Amino acid sequence: MSHRSFSFYKRMVFILCLLPALLLLEGVLNDRLGSNPIEALVRQSGDWTLRFLFITLSISPLRKLTGQSYWIRLRRMLGLYTFFYASLHVSLYIGLDKFLYWDEIVEDIFERPFITIGLLSFLLLIPLAVTSTQKMIRRLGKNWLRLHRMIYLISITAVLHFYMMVKADTQEPWIYIFILTLLLAFRLPLPIKIPLPWRKGS
Amino acid sequence: MLIKRPSDIASSEITSEAVYKDRRRFLQQMIGLSVAASLGGYLSPVQAAYGGKPLTYSKAKEFQLDEKLTPYKDVTSYNNFYEFSTSKQAPARMAHTLKPTPWNISVEGACAKPGNYALEDLLKPQALEERIYRLRCVEGWSMAIPWVGLPLASMLKRFEPTSDAKYVLFETLYDTEQFPNQRGRVLDWPYVEGLTIAEAMNPLTLMAVGLYGEVLPNQNGAPMRLVVPWKYGFKSIKSIAKIRFVEKMPTSSWMKASSREYGFYANVNPQVSHPRWSQKRERRIGEWGRRETLMFNGYAEQVAHLYSGMDLKKNF
Ligand code: HEM
Repeated sequence: MSHRSFSFYKRMVFILCLLPALLLLEGVLNDRLGSNPIEALVRQSGDWTLRFLFITLSISPLRKLTGQSYWIRLRRMLGLYTFFYASLHVSLYIGLDKFLYWDEIVEDIFERPFITIGLLSFLLLIPLAVTSTQKMIRRLGKNWLRLHRMIYLISITAVLHFYMMVKADTQEPWIYIFILTLLLAFRLPLPIKIPLPWRKGS
Repeated sequence: MLIKRPSDIASSEITSEAVYKDRRRFLQQMIGLSVAASLGGYLSPVQAAYGGKPLTYSKAKEFQLDEKLTPYKDVTSYNNFYEFSTSKQAPARMAHTLKPTPWNISVEGACAKPGNYALEDLLKPQALEERIYRLRCVEGWSMAIPWVGLPLASMLKRFEPTSDAKYVLFETLYDTEQFPNQRGRVLDWPYVEGLTIAEAMNPLTLMAVGLYGEVLPNQNGAPMRLVVPWKYGFKSIKSIAKIRFVEKMPTSSWMKASSREYGFYANVNPQVSHPRWSQKRERRIGEWGRRETLMFNGYAEQVAHLYSGMDLKKNF
């Protein structure tokens, strides 16, 4: 792919990733989020955080499967979008759901394990976002990769947060657990080499 | 205030006594007639199946509420009704599979008059009344709803519970055709709830058959549901098919699902936090901010005596 057409696609992806947030905004403005819009906002932003986390994690499997390296050039943007939706989710929780009642927020963090685990996931995302620049990648050298492997841990705690949050119906979290298992299994070294005919050189 | 209290205007002030008395008698007869008519109409399957049919009732003077009512649309489109779905938006869409008529209630256990009663027979001798109650969900949201129903005590007394009746157990209909999500194992079906006999006989406890002056929409628990306003919403069991007087404390469906989280009493209490939700404050549906949650949901005066000397942290 030429450099020009790639940067066009990248821009398209950028706009596409913004759509869920814009749809949420539209939902608020047009009163389309149902009877409890705050609950809908917190939940849907949480859902999108997890989805973007998974999309980010599927980049390197996609590269392996297709043999195309341009996937990697989308990864930083997708990772930062994950952080963007996580920040939105947390802000909505603090600002709207808890309406800045810090006594409740503190109680939640210390007494409700699903919140504790959620917060842990969010806090661990911060150093990854901060070190996502070209400059930081160069500066950290080998340590950059080590640091960013933390995303595997974050993906597990994030899914755990969802699983623990659910009251009785764990079907949806189990779907996420299944997908995460596949995504993580991709990282394991394969005992045999599987030929992919569409891949150059394999 | 949306609903005028009857005491706001005394008709006798503006009408001569004789005319007033005459008119009152006439109105009473009218109400009597239309109650009978509406109960007859209540049985018409097509209308009753989707709720919305007007009911005739009087406004219970002591049970009004000086708070803005939660709009009808929200009351009927945001429902925890796991027999249909765990989504609160879904029941309004799905509840057409429920057929609330004809409906029978099996009355069992420690009483002199057990039996299988048709719903209309249970309702016929009673005049319906409207009461506006707060509804507080354990998930931290609340509503103010004008229910139409009758005091549970008046219904239960007719079955003549014996001295062995220490508790009342209620069960929702179990029918996977009408309640598709009962095929899944989200909860241990049928849904079971219970009250102590004193709680059941408390004047606040209502057996509701309508809201906003109309027959209960299916998603709100047609044709008959409990309303226990000082307890978290899940105690107010919907679509009741069985009432049993028992000696031992019943185990409710939510107690079975997680006894650490849900106790038998489930009284609204801002001082006792729940493992999932702080119960200090709540969000009234339609508002953005948070309200302070009131002890016993604001009904302490009527019910606190039921729990005097009880450790409410242990008996949550
Ligand atoms: C990377 C970090 C996080 C991810 C991926 C995430 C993801 C999710 C997901 C998927 C849900 C369920 C949504 C649904 O039911 O549809 C959820 C719910 C929730 N999250 Fe998070 N979350 C994260 C961090 C946090 C943090 C830091 C907090 C608070 C401090 C938080 C508070 C909540 C709350 C309160 C709910 C439940 C809302 C409700 O009960 O309606 N989350 N989150």
